[in-house]
Amino acid sequence: MLTLECPYCGVKAEETELQAGGEAHLKRFGPGSSDDEFEGYLFLRKNPKGVHFERWRHAYGCGKWFLAARCTATLEVFGTYSAQTKEPPADLQAKIKAKRPDWEGYK
Amino acid sequence: MDTLPEGGFDMAMKRYSAFAVARHAMSYHLGWERAWGSPAPKKKYDAIIIGAGGHGLASAYYLGKNYGITNVAIIEKGWLGGGNTGRNTTIIRSNYLQDPSAAIYEKARSLYETMSQDLNYNVMFSPRGLLMLGQTEHEVRGYKRTVYANNLQGVATEWISPQRVKELVPIINIEGPRYPVLGALYQARGGTARHDAVAWGYARACSAMGMDVIQQCEVTGVRTEGGKVVGIDTSKGAIDCDKLGMVVAGHSSVLAEMAGFRLPIESLALQALVSEPIKPCMDVVVMANTVHGYMSQSDKGEMVIGGGTDGFNNYTQRGSFHHIEETVRALVETFPMISRLKMLRQWGGIVDMTGDRSPLISKTPVSGIFVNCGWGTGGFKSIPGSGWAMAELMARGHSPLAEEFSMYRFREGKFIDESVAAGVAH
Repeated sequence: MLTLECPYCGVKAEETELQAGGEAHLKRFGPGSSDDEFEGYLFLRKNPKGVHFERWRHAYGCGKWFLAARCTATLEVFGTYSAQTKEPPADLQAKIKAKRPDWEGYK
Repeated sequence: MDTLPEGGFDMAMKRYSAFAVARHAMSYHLGWERAWGSPAPKKKYDAIIIGAGGHGLASAYYLGKNYGITNVAIIEKGWLGGGNTGRNTTIIRSNYLQDPSAAIYEKARSLYETMSQDLNYNVMFSPRGLLMLGQTEHEVRGYKRTVYANNLQGVATEWISPQRVKELVPIINIEGPRYPVLGALYQARGGTARHDAVAWGYARACSAMGMDVIQQCEVTGVRTEGGKVVGIDTSKGAIDCDKLGMVVAGHSSVLAEMAGFRLPIESLALQALVSEPIKPCMDVVVMANTVHGYMSQSDKGEMVIGGGTDGFNNYTQRGSFHHIEETVRALVETFPMISRLKMLRQWGGIVDMTGDRSPLISKTPVSGIFVNCGWGTGGFKSIPGSGWAMAELMARGHSPLAEEFSMYRFREGKFIDESVAAGVAH
């Protein structure tokens, strides 16, 4: 069973307590953007087999959205972090790189 | 026999029939030969299909049968039909809401009717009837709308009363406290088929046409030149091709990444389970979508049960335990007699979900590459129709059946919303 630690309230929550929210760090596009930009933001997903950055909500806990780095091929969780970030923290990226030397890096 | 291409099989000589069974009985059934070849890849093919599951094999089969393109390889990472083709609950139906869906799913269902004869391979198609229970007022309204749509589309479905449901399914409890059965959407010619046999039958027929089914051959790269596909790299070496079909369900995004584009797809785990075998007790397929469970009884007597998908991206082919619990809990309420059943096996498959729950049969940003994916939770039922449309698209450049299922429909806002008809909770 998948267990993620909520970075806000510190609770180690198992997945029935959480709600998955899909790929993290999507760049949002507003009025005046091109069709390509809208399509990419709204529908196209990286959906990697391996390291995935994603949004989660501590639905039956503090109710807040947070972000997690997780391997979709093994379900290993690398870490969770605040949603108020533009990209994964450098120390988390270094940790993932150490565990997954083949990982091509964020983006 | 002399004129057969290398690796090909002469189907006429090895035609399966009652007479063949009797003839082989004379030699203690030791004379049966392999149903398909196991060739090494050639240097170049007119077309390569990646993925030897039902959809990939059907795509290749109709390329040969309908368009005479037989210089084809079907490349498979694992073993034939070992992905979602061997992991589904074998349900066949075509009671979808939107016209493009009804067209392709009904095409598929109608091809299932004669598939055993067409492939000379018993796929055990059993049009035993299928019910989708209406258990809330909203569901009733939704399914009645689907029945009206189906009648306009020429798909034979009807709305039936709770009493009729009880007659068809004596073991059902139609007066459940939480989710009473208020009626059902009934498709009399829906049913099940033997899922492995569908893959095996197509593989045998492809092999007989001279196509190469190459198993345990993982694709590691896609080579393009000037925006056009020229070949693939595999664990068995580089293979060139003019056209490439990616038909790999849950791994579609991984292959698209190799070719340099993204798809509107996310991969999720979907689970199923079977019970110990029991005496015949239910001769129809019952889907209870409000409570996320569906059930049929296999010929062996096992109750085959399908559940819901996990909410997070997953490539592990195993799902979360609580989904099984939810599924079984709901089904026990609807079918009280299964409460004492032991479950024998549970497994998961990786389904490729699109935003509108409809598939992609489409050209891609790379010339010569086509995708057939996004079937999500409902792939098995559509195998023949999907292959039919994919072959037409690859051979002729366009297909009326596939037209609405372009991967660019999201950009255009032309969704084919099947979130109700897709049945499984997401």
